[in-house]
Amino acid sequence: MKTEDMLKALTEAPGISGAEDDVAHLLRNYFARLADEASIDKFQNVIGVKKGRTSGGKLMMAAHIDQIGFIVKTFDKGGFIRLAAVGGHDPRVLPGQSVVIYGQEQVRGIIGTTPPHLQKPGDTAKVTSLDDLYVDTGLEEEALKRKVRIGDPILFDNVCTRLQGGLYAAAAMDNRAGVLVLLETLKILEKMTHDWDIYMVGTVQEEVGTRGAAMTAYKISPDVGIAIDVTFGDFPGIPERDTAKLGKGGAVAVGPNFHPALTEKLMQVAEEWEVPFQKEFNPRPGGTDAVSMQIAAKGIPMVQVSIPLRYMHTTVETLDLKDIKRSARLLALFSAHIEQAHREVVG
Amino acid sequence: MIQILEKYSNACGVSGHEDEIRSRIEESVRDHVESLSRDFMGNLYAFKPCGRQNAPHLLLVAHMDEIGLMINGVESNGMLRFVPVGGVDSRLLVSKRVILGKDRVPGVIGAKPIHLQSRDEWKSPIPLSALYIDIGASDDKEAAAKVPPGTTGTFHTRFETQEDVVFGKAFDDRAGCALITELLMTEEDEAYPVDITAVFTVQEEVGLRGASVLAERVRPDFTIAFEGTTAGDVPRDDYASPSTEMRKGPAISFMDRSAIGAPRLINHFKATADKKKIPFQMKKTVSGGTDIGVIHTKGGIPSMVISVPVRYIHAPRGILAVEDYKNTFRLAKAALMNFKEVL
Repeated sequence: MKTEDMLKALTEAPGISGAEDDVAHLLRNYFARLADEASIDKFQNVIGVKKGRTSGGKLMMAAHIDQIGFIVKTFDKGGFIRLAAVGGHDPRVLPGQSVVIYGQEQVRGIIGTTPPHLQKPGDTAKVTSLDDLYVDTGLEEEALKRKVRIGDPILFDNVCTRLQGGLYAAAAMDNRAGVLVLLETLKILEKMTHDWDIYMVGTVQEEVGTRGAAMTAYKISPDVGIAIDVTFGDFPGIPERDTAKLGKGGAVAVGPNFHPALTEKLMQVAEEWEVPFQKEFNPRPGGTDAVSMQIAAKGIPMVQVSIPLRYMHTTVETLDLKDIKRSARLLALFSAHIEQAHREVVG
Repeated sequence: MIQILEKYSNACGVSGHEDEIRSRIEESVRDHVESLSRDFMGNLYAFKPCGRQNAPHLLLVAHMDEIGLMINGVESNGMLRFVPVGGVDSRLLVSKRVILGKDRVPGVIGAKPIHLQSRDEWKSPIPLSALYIDIGASDDKEAAAKVPPGTTGTFHTRFETQEDVVFGKAFDDRAGCALITELLMTEEDEAYPVDITAVFTVQEEVGLRGASVLAERVRPDFTIAFEGTTAGDVPRDDYASPSTEMRKGPAISFMDRSAIGAPRLINHFKATADKKKIPFQMKKTVSGGTDIGVIHTKGGIPSMVISVPVRYIHAPRGILAVEDYKNTFRLAKAALMNFKEVL
């Protein structure tokens, strides 16, 4: 299972928040090959368990498998589809995008635009809001309604593209990148010993409020939790302090959402084993699965590693594969040290 | 019959850099014409005589070039700066995949994440000055070695079929190029009663530049331009009179900003459509211009434009109804076959 191939398969598998079935099944198949147990719960959370030497504790790593998208809200006369957003969209990203509607069968469409020839003066200074956008499938109304129903998911047409220097661009890198980190970590753990049982969880419904993480953390009740997500990659126009650089390793999160001493341990492991990493500073809890995991059940001490990602929530989210591999190495090493680290700083 | 359109749509040819699409057209028409030639600007001429004395000489014209963008600078971090070529709405460039240059180097145009925007930022379009092409280069040297400034690029779009429609880029005017190609591919026993010079022009999108030099070289008696034109039968606030409508047949232009269609040609096409029971529509907007604008005035050459309606021209992907494409072909072929009725 080559890392590049898994990245392509994971990003191109559909999984809008609330209907993650396809990507969930793909992930379960990967877990079945790399972990001791693999299962899907009734909300489509995917859980892979790798047994430890003593099973003296539980470590849970979570990466969300859902992605932003739309659902079919209504039909307009003539066979056009109006959209409701699932997750956070910038309306300026949408015009001219190719989409796929997951109806009775997959139907291709375009988010419609007005060509310059038919625009009125001043139109180019305006942003079309989501309410005024529509999807055009080219099909006649009757043919369309045989295939598509209100409530059907719509995703951006997604092709994972390799750029120069090991960079890859695709939609849904947020957070299939994190999911891939789980898998790469399992690969490394095959050649390492660890005491605790490790629960690798692909969580659902993160983009609408980190709900899958809340459910699974409650049920598993781990002794330590790790959230794996994406963070803002370097981009012109954004201050450097607000971003992480692509290719410089995963970003370890610092802030009230995270256990300070465990986070310190994680960084010590990185330094000791010379795994490049960066830091990101989150002044308030929010934005990732860590926000609900920290206060799940009786409370879970959390750390977080994020993959630097340019152009988040667009169709061309871009990352460096090196960052995924380095984060996996860091997390595998941390897993091997987790019992000792927990004993020393959490108790 | 859609294969030629697919091949042409997938080819690159931004105005001024039409080499790839011209090669594709040459491959397709070579065996069906007496001669092929080019001029210094890059226009491609295909001559198909009928072998009769004093036959009228028809110019069939479609432009090969497409809108796109040109790299005009490289930032120290390896990001490419660019400017549009032709009529590009820069709002459509956000969050798109592009391919650059002969080697089709893939790149993406990204945007600042919604999470980091100030409250009202999304209410104004992202200016061109805030857009970059990211090819994954780590610095300016690597980027410029791969994509030197001056390189042109276009949207990374695959042609696709869905039931009775097709999706693809540059149907303006690869639809016209493909239709003329199909018209040239006639069997021996169904020769046209006219001499035909087909010209696939360059640089239409930057001001009808290629077509400006060809009338003097071809000296035709009549000109028929083939276009992929705006279909306006989509939801709009000011929905009154769509320019053209999908599935209503080929669109005939009585006028645009560059020319008035020659009535004797238009009437011939209408009469042919009625006789052969082929649907057609009159284009209802008069904006924009075509190559005949700079052809018909060269000594006075009666000219007209016939178009396939296309939704979302000048965008990453357009939609065209296969029946409209086929009906445009049928009508044009029949009108050429009985062209003596015009004389």
